[in-house]
Amino acid sequence: MYQYDQYDQQMVDDRVTHYREQTRRYLAGELEEDRFRPLRLKNGLYIQRLAPMLRVAIPYGSLSSRQLRMLAHIARHYDKGYGHFTTRQNIQFNWPLLEEVPDILADLATVQMHAIQTSGNCIRNVTADQFSGATPDEFVDARPWCELIRQWSSFHPEFDWLPRKFKIAVNGSKLDRAATMVHDIGLDARRDANGDVVFDVKVGGGLGRTPVIASVIREGLPSQHLLTYLAAVMRVYNRYGRRDNKYKARIKILVRAMSPDGFRDRVEAEWAHLKDGLETLTPDEIERVHDRFVTPGFEQLEDRPAVLTTSLADDAEFARWHAHNVHAHQQPGYASVTLSLKRTGVAPGDATDVQMDAVADWADAYGHGEVRVTHEQNLILPHVRQQDLYVLWQAATRERLATANAGTLNDLICCPGGDFCSLANAKSIPIAEAIQQRFNDLDRLYDLGPIYLNISGCMNACGHHHVGHIGILGVDKKGQEFYQISIGGDATNNAAIAQILGPSFEREQVPDVIEQIIDLYVEQRREGEHFIDCVRRTGIEPFKERIYASPDQG
Amino acid sequence: MPRLIKGESLIDDNWTWIEAKDAGLADLPAGNVIVPLALWLAERDTLLARGNACGVWLDSDEEAEALADDVSRLAVIGLHFPAFADGRNLSNAVLLRTRFDFTGELRALGDVARDQLSYMRRCGIDAFQIPAGRNPEHEVAGLTVMRDYYQGDVIEPRPLFRRAPRAEAG
Repeated sequence: MYQYDQYDQQMVDDRVTHYREQTRRYLAGELEEDRFRPLRLKNGLYIQRLAPMLRVAIPYGSLSSRQLRMLAHIARHYDKGYGHFTTRQNIQFNWPLLEEVPDILADLATVQMHAIQTSGNCIRNVTADQFSGATPDEFVDARPWCELIRQWSSFHPEFDWLPRKFKIAVNGSKLDRAATMVHDIGLDARRDANGDVVFDVKVGGGLGRTPVIASVIREGLPSQHLLTYLAAVMRVYNRYGRRDNKYKARIKILVRAMSPDGFRDRVEAEWAHLKDGLETLTPDEIERVHDRFVTPGFEQLEDRPAVLTTSLADDAEFARWHAHNVHAHQQPGYASVTLSLKRTGVAPGDATDVQMDAVADWADAYGHGEVRVTHEQNLILPHVRQQDLYVLWQAATRERLATANAGTLNDLICCPGGDFCSLANAKSIPIAEAIQQRFNDLDRLYDLGPIYLNISGCMNACGHHHVGHIGILGVDKKGQEFYQISIGGDATNNAAIAQILGPSFEREQVPDVIEQIIDLYVEQRREGEHFIDCVRRTGIEPFKERIYASPDQG
Repeated sequence: MPRLIKGESLIDDNWTWIEAKDAGLADLPAGNVIVPLALWLAERDTLLARGNACGVWLDSDEEAEALADDVSRLAVIGLHFPAFADGRNLSNAVLLRTRFDFTGELRALGDVARDQLSYMRRCGIDAFQIPAGRNPEHEVAGLTVMRDYYQGDVIEPRPLFRRAPRAEAG
């Protein structure tokens, strides 16, 4: 975990004071609604369908047990006893009072947390692989680089009134778990031939109305140049990004209009001025930030200790959970654990205050006090001793956080949708639940293999439906909620935008359609072939034919 | 009441902002004027010969580069913010100060209000023309809202990590 120093603390403390003063002026009628709106948004406060919604930043999805307990406290004290973990690795509270938000921020500041730039047309929370610092396929730990970007982008004077929101993701592993190909800027951190950290820079990816896969504009950027290069990209975007139409204001539209080569030339010309300037990272600063990530004191342990293998042999349910929700670790004798927030009947990503407190306790007892949030909306204990997995599983089972469905169809991503969000065209949570109920047999789910099913309640695509192996999009047709279904999307290294199968369906039809898609996959798949590979091989035509064949649908 | 914040004070303004972008020489009042870029580019020599100090303003879709060769001849460059959420002229401000070394007055025009002032100031803007309907004595409080920042800016080009004794791992 990154530990704040006095400057980091002062920064969040000052922001609390400032936001308290802005809220006071608004409530006193000294600050107009339309002017307060972007100010509260830059602090993560939306006015939603039923109540305000506060989005709290969880930088690159990384939490300490102490911070998670504070989130539980906020859920209990200021909200209705739960929070919603989002696809940007943040948490949202659905029921805070606008008047109490400054107090919530003050509480957050006591545990080195904030809501700075969690909305608005500015650089948002930087996201990363949830297994950073733990996964065996890692080239570079993304977190210190994310933290350097977080500091540089916080209250940036030039880039706080951009044409539109701006999202940066950093991946440092072989498998891209950070969806860097669909971000405004995606960074692949790797090591060059000398072992030095370099970045491949991708720009112009994004979802929303116009889904686009990012273009690589720079390969092998030496790490000391990271911030000046980002500044060059941001300046070109700030100056030339469209501001006349909010649906054409993201950087992806600019990159497309200039062409990736044209955009790169502009960035390189700008960077020629900024390169080697004062914002260039120094070896001391890079080392300082790395050092402030206090590394857990890993013990010397043996892999697969007897206590684990015995439990695996004796308890089939534990073995199932272990096979799906436990991830390999860099350190012998350790593992990373997925605590599923995808139990059927609970909105995906939701956790209660009691569950958050429990997870914090387990993190302290078994996991070096660390917790992560995934963009798939689950919680992770990144550093668990394998010898403790069985007792952890038992505790997680009692708190209903041990659903053994990680990576399966049921581990679906889902935005809050029309139940909460004022932007939504349709509800998404009931769709998620209906699909989870239909596919409630774990053995069947395991047989189907890894399938990512993503649901968004509107074109803004918070549920990442474009990059789901199966994507579901809520649409409005003359006041009625309908659902458009697409397949073949992928958010990882071979990123792809899912293709729409055809006309949309009524809510009640959706589970049947998903089942038809799955049945056809099972009929067509070759030995060991995953759903996404099968769709890539056959194309979408056979799926189209299957689901639109019967006359009572479509 | 004075409507111009200069530095950290309210002062009387002795410049006239020529807001109409199609203004011609005949439209200019006596005294110091801040003219639109198009007029400046068309009538530079005539404007310089008027005997007053010269000012030009850039709209948010105009580029600082257009004034790159003129900065030494200008006393004021105005930067127009048509809406408070339009940040393009923040980049122009930074470029005029850091790339073209403009040392005269950089003045924010248009929808200028308290909660943008600290950002504008850090981008090198040192004068703020507060529009009618706002109380400049209240707005001036927006110049300073935080004690420090991470990244460098026009006022303090060094980022925090180059000037602060930041703590070692604790």
